[in-house]
Amino acid sequence: MSVLVFTEAGNGKIRKNSLEAVNYAANIAKTISGSVVAVIDGETDAALLAELGKAGANKVITVAGDAISNGDAAAWASAIEQIAKAENCSVVVFSHDLMGKAIAPRVAVKLKAGCVSGATGIPVAEGGKLLVEKAAYSGKASAVFAISSEKKVITLLPNSFQVQLGSGTAEVAAFNADFSSVKGSVTVKERKTRTAATAPLPEAELVVSAGRGMKAPENWGIVEDLANSLGATTACSRPVADMHWRPHHEHVGQTGVAIRPNLYIAIGISGAIQHLAGVNGSKTIVVINTDKEAPFFKSADYGVVGDAFDVVPRLTEAIKKFKAAQH
Amino acid sequence: MKILVCISSVPDTTTKIVFTPDGTQLNKQGVQFVINPYDEWYALVRALELKEAKGSGTVTLIHAGPAENDAIIRKGLAIGADDAVRIDFDPADSYAVAEQIAAYANGKGYDLILVGKETIDTNSSLVGGMIAEFMQLPFVSLASKLDVNGTTATLETDIDGGTAVVEASLPAVVSCQKGMAEARIPNMRGIMAARTKPLTVVPAANASALTSAVKYTPSEGRKAVKMIDASNMDELVSLLHNEAKVI
Repeated sequence: MSVLVFTEAGNGKIRKNSLEAVNYAANIAKTISGSVVAVIDGETDAALLAELGKAGANKVITVAGDAISNGDAAAWASAIEQIAKAENCSVVVFSHDLMGKAIAPRVAVKLKAGCVSGATGIPVAEGGKLLVEKAAYSGKASAVFAISSEKKVITLLPNSFQVQLGSGTAEVAAFNADFSSVKGSVTVKERKTRTAATAPLPEAELVVSAGRGMKAPENWGIVEDLANSLGATTACSRPVADMHWRPHHEHVGQTGVAIRPNLYIAIGISGAIQHLAGVNGSKTIVVINTDKEAPFFKSADYGVVGDAFDVVPRLTEAIKKFKAAQH
Repeated sequence: MKILVCISSVPDTTTKIVFTPDGTQLNKQGVQFVINPYDEWYALVRALELKEAKGSGTVTLIHAGPAENDAIIRKGLAIGADDAVRIDFDPADSYAVAEQIAAYANGKGYDLILVGKETIDTNSSLVGGMIAEFMQLPFVSLASKLDVNGTTATLETDIDGGTAVVEASLPAVVSCQKGMAEARIPNMRGIMAARTKPLTVVPAANASALTSAVKYTPSEGRKAVKMIDASNMDELVSLLHNEAKVI
């Protein structure tokens, strides 16, 4: 029995989420004494595929087609079903990201497979079941779910594990998928990408976020300076996005983007429970607030009581000094 | 235009989460249940806006769950849905819920089936895609805009590092998120009208749960916060490097 893992490339490399998923698949393969088959768009630069072997894939299968390259989830699901059958795969792994959320539920139905999405722990085999840990109640709890079906689908919450690259190699083979059964159509008319020098929020390891305490949108310069000094991605609280001080895609929290970076620095954010729900998976939280009673301090690892306009530039300087000393 | 809006019952966002002693389920004592916010704020309200803009059509709520959940269904009717269906069923997992809803919706001529982007209890984001697969329909996940023109829906959806404008042929399944609509508060007229709107209870079809909760554990709180003097940012940087090891 093998483990199939869906992977993607972007910006000239295999995506970090995908490498995490291959590592994860390799751990499951160990549990069930199987091998790892990674599947990727046939348009991907062949030079990148070696990276999948290093992450733990034993075999890389490329699949070609216009619908595949356009990211059509129905076409992908059909191809993955066919590959899973051809390669005798009992577990299919995705990252719990945009493509994973679109394709995994379809694959689960096609394979009549139970699906645990947003997994945070390596599955444990028990009889024919897999026990999978995941976050629940927006991070207020963790849960173990048992998948009892013969075929299993798991999506891995990004940033749950550090990527490990070894010296493994994978054979590469092309697969001719039959798309004749794919019905209905979703056509992409236009792509609007933001040019950003830093990692997109869901993948970012370092995030600097600010809220109403910044008083006005023109004051964001010091937040951006701090983010730049760290190479961090910027984020914001809901009121700030609702007032159009910052773009909506920066909004983290229960109704915005849920993130779990290694470091989350919150500036002038009081820490409403809905905000915490989107960030409490962060490994380390730093809170900077003028109000020493701000509820966010209770959920922080490090707290600084002080005026952001005074504290933030000083923190930026301290980080620059630290970085300079490192080189 | 016929729109079906799938609603789920979840604990209110401010609930303190406590589990039963064996850890297999939420302790429901004293917990206020609400319509899953993504289902209510975005899927339901956008469905109502589409119907209002067209001046015709119906918005039907569907919920898979026990009779005690009728209260949240009535709230959805008070917000403005025309009628509701409850599949009398213990919603064991996403697969079973999707199979139930698909079995009910099949052949009933819905143009759009809307779900929220995820529920705030299991945060799974599975039911919409599964319904689409059971019914062999197009599925657009994480849509932040939705308009309908004839038999085509135009949507805006997230892609890596940005957004995409996509078109889907109807009927289609859409998962809805922030940006699609603004939450509505039911008014007194809506609440009165909701009492007499049809809420049909249908028996469960054959559906099988393929996953089950083994154990829930409340998240451990963080260790006590370490306060750092505002004048000593070098200390904070040192702690982030040496203690937290994140920079």
